[in-house]
Amino acid sequence: MLKETYKAEIDDILSRYPIRRSAVLPLLYLAQKEEGYVSEAAMKEIAGILRLTPPQVYEVVTFYTMFQLKPIAAFHIQVCKSLMCALVGSDTLLRWLKIRLGIGPGETTADKRFTISTVECLASCGTGPMMQVNDDYYEGLTESKLDRILADLKRDGTSPLKSGPFMLPEPMKG
Amino acid sequence: MPPFEKILLKNMETPGYTGSLADYERGGGYQALRKVLGKIPPAEITETVKKSGLRGRGGAGFPTGVKWGFLPKDYQGPKYLCCNADESEPGTFKDRQLIERDPHQMIEGMLLACYAIGVETAYIYIRGEFVLGAQILERALAEARMAGYVGQNILGARTSINIWVHRGAGAYICGEETALLESLEGKRGLPRVKPPFPATHGLYNKPTVVNNVETLANLPHIINRGAEWFAAIGSPPKSSGTRIFCVSGHVKRPGNFEVPMGTTLRELIFEHAGGMRSDKPLKAIIPGGASAPFFTPEHLGVKLDFESVAQAGSMLGSGGVTVMEEGTNMVWAALRLMEFFYHESCGKCTPCREGSSWLVQTMRRIVDGRGRNSDLETLVELCQNIAGRTVCAFGDAEVAPIMSTLKYWRHEYEELIQQAAMSAPAELMMPVMGKH
Ligand SMILES: Cc1cc2nc3c(=O)[nH]c(=O)nc-3n(C[C@H](O)[C@H](O)[C@H](O)COP(=O)(O)O)c2cc1C
Ligand code: FES
Repeated sequence: MLKETYKAEIDDILSRYPIRRSAVLPLLYLAQKEEGYVSEAAMKEIAGILRLTPPQVYEVVTFYTMFQLKPIAAFHIQVCKSLMCALVGSDTLLRWLKIRLGIGPGETTADKRFTISTVECLASCGTGPMMQVNDDYYEGLTESKLDRILADLKRDGTSPLKSGPFMLPEPMKG
Repeated sequence: MPPFEKILLKNMETPGYTGSLADYERGGGYQALRKVLGKIPPAEITETVKKSGLRGRGGAGFPTGVKWGFLPKDYQGPKYLCCNADESEPGTFKDRQLIERDPHQMIEGMLLACYAIGVETAYIYIRGEFVLGAQILERALAEARMAGYVGQNILGARTSINIWVHRGAGAYICGEETALLESLEGKRGLPRVKPPFPATHGLYNKPTVVNNVETLANLPHIINRGAEWFAAIGSPPKSSGTRIFCVSGHVKRPGNFEVPMGTTLRELIFEHAGGMRSDKPLKAIIPGGASAPFFTPEHLGVKLDFESVAQAGSMLGSGGVTVMEEGTNMVWAALRLMEFFYHESCGKCTPCREGSSWLVQTMRRIVDGRGRNSDLETLVELCQNIAGRTVCAFGDAEVAPIMSTLKYWRHEYEELIQQAAMSAPAELMMPVMGKH
């Protein structure tokens, strides 16, 4: 139950808005953090906390692309396929991924470790091709960089090649 | 002309600058807030912003001070400010840099705006994918609260301003200001019918101002250095100040370049962004994000200010400049953008919801070599029935790529259709809805 695990956080979130309903996205994020996706039970609980009907929560969950209605793989690889990335090779990136993981967009590896999706512009258009894996951005991808990232993810669950605070052109070293 | 001094990127381009509160203060940060708080009446700040000529950097270019002036005078009760950090227009990546590299600059801008319009609660609506950006803002806000810049009785004055970060969850439309407000109220992000405008009926039906990150980031500088100083930069009187242009595509050095408004496309692409990445010549330019009609190399002389770009038939929009080299198929490029709009149509208005699907199907058919002679007419008719017939400006935006590529590169459409006629048997030429 969210209410027990995250009591302080929920109270803090609710205190930020004059109207409870505004807390629906933050609470859905908590639910997704807890279970990896937004379960029906979580939606009902959130509806209860916010004094909404469950459909009022469900209609919000289904409007936004970042909420999962079913469990997905540990690593959700999201490749930007919008024009600016396509101009510099996002289709090639998808091909590299297909060769390495054996799956295409919308598919999950048999060991449930990787799911690939294509997504629309993630505001990294100058550093394409790029992908977001869970919370982290990986930009300016080349074949060898991708290999290192996938190896890091499999071994450590994260990779030092993820993006830090963004700046392009790259800043001068201080 | 003296060498141009950057305004918004100056701090972060200083070697070693981390964006911490200490770094920001060392460069004169929060001086503008100290200068006005309890000393200059709020209405005077609005006047200064009006005089500076600052116009919105989010897309529509509405004069910022004038927008603030629309709030009802002497209104008792809560009013709100929302910082639009949804940055989802394909080709645009400047707000991300302003947020992640110099968060206090935009926070001070928000505080100044709140003070000017009498707001005690402000929200930063940041796109959900910017997880790092949201963390950086949370950290910066915590620093600012500790230092007494944000919270109750700021710097000991009577003014109280709270700022909260609110994460979106993946929906381009939530960058549209009224959809943003709906989303912030905990609903699906469907744009509202205007009027009434947010200035009178905004968040929770209260007077509200929505401003873009870059717009707000300009405010501390305007307060510190004066309206006249700002008004003289760029192409006054209609396009004062600088813009951060996000250059992407087939250039040597993509990136964010802050230049005075009125800089030509040629200078931006060939000097700042280093020119074309290979010996293939320039073929097409999108001057203001995915919603802006395409330009050709003939437009390289166009000045990047609101009026000049509009006169040349496009718009300055979000500042996203995308460069395409010879060899890029323009029908394919327009399809990629159309797929974006189809995916992001919120579904509220029938012309946009249904029309975007038909446009994608027709475009895909042409690109896949199944086009028919009547398709071009179909495209134009569909576009004409979407633009201007929707609640928000999304409808006008989604037809821009197709209409403008049809205008300049119609022969590429025709060639694809001719090839299809020569190769495909008629029974295969049915519309097929693919996966997306
Ligand atoms: C479909 C659509 C998407 C938009 N997306 C954004 C966005 O991501 N960021 C933004 O600042 N403005 C966006 N806008 C513009 C906003 O509606 C609004 O004009 C802007 O935030 C006002 O701030 P400004 O006056 O400071 O520019 C969008 C508009 C439309 C019609
Ligand atoms: S087009 Fe891929 S990040 Fe913008």
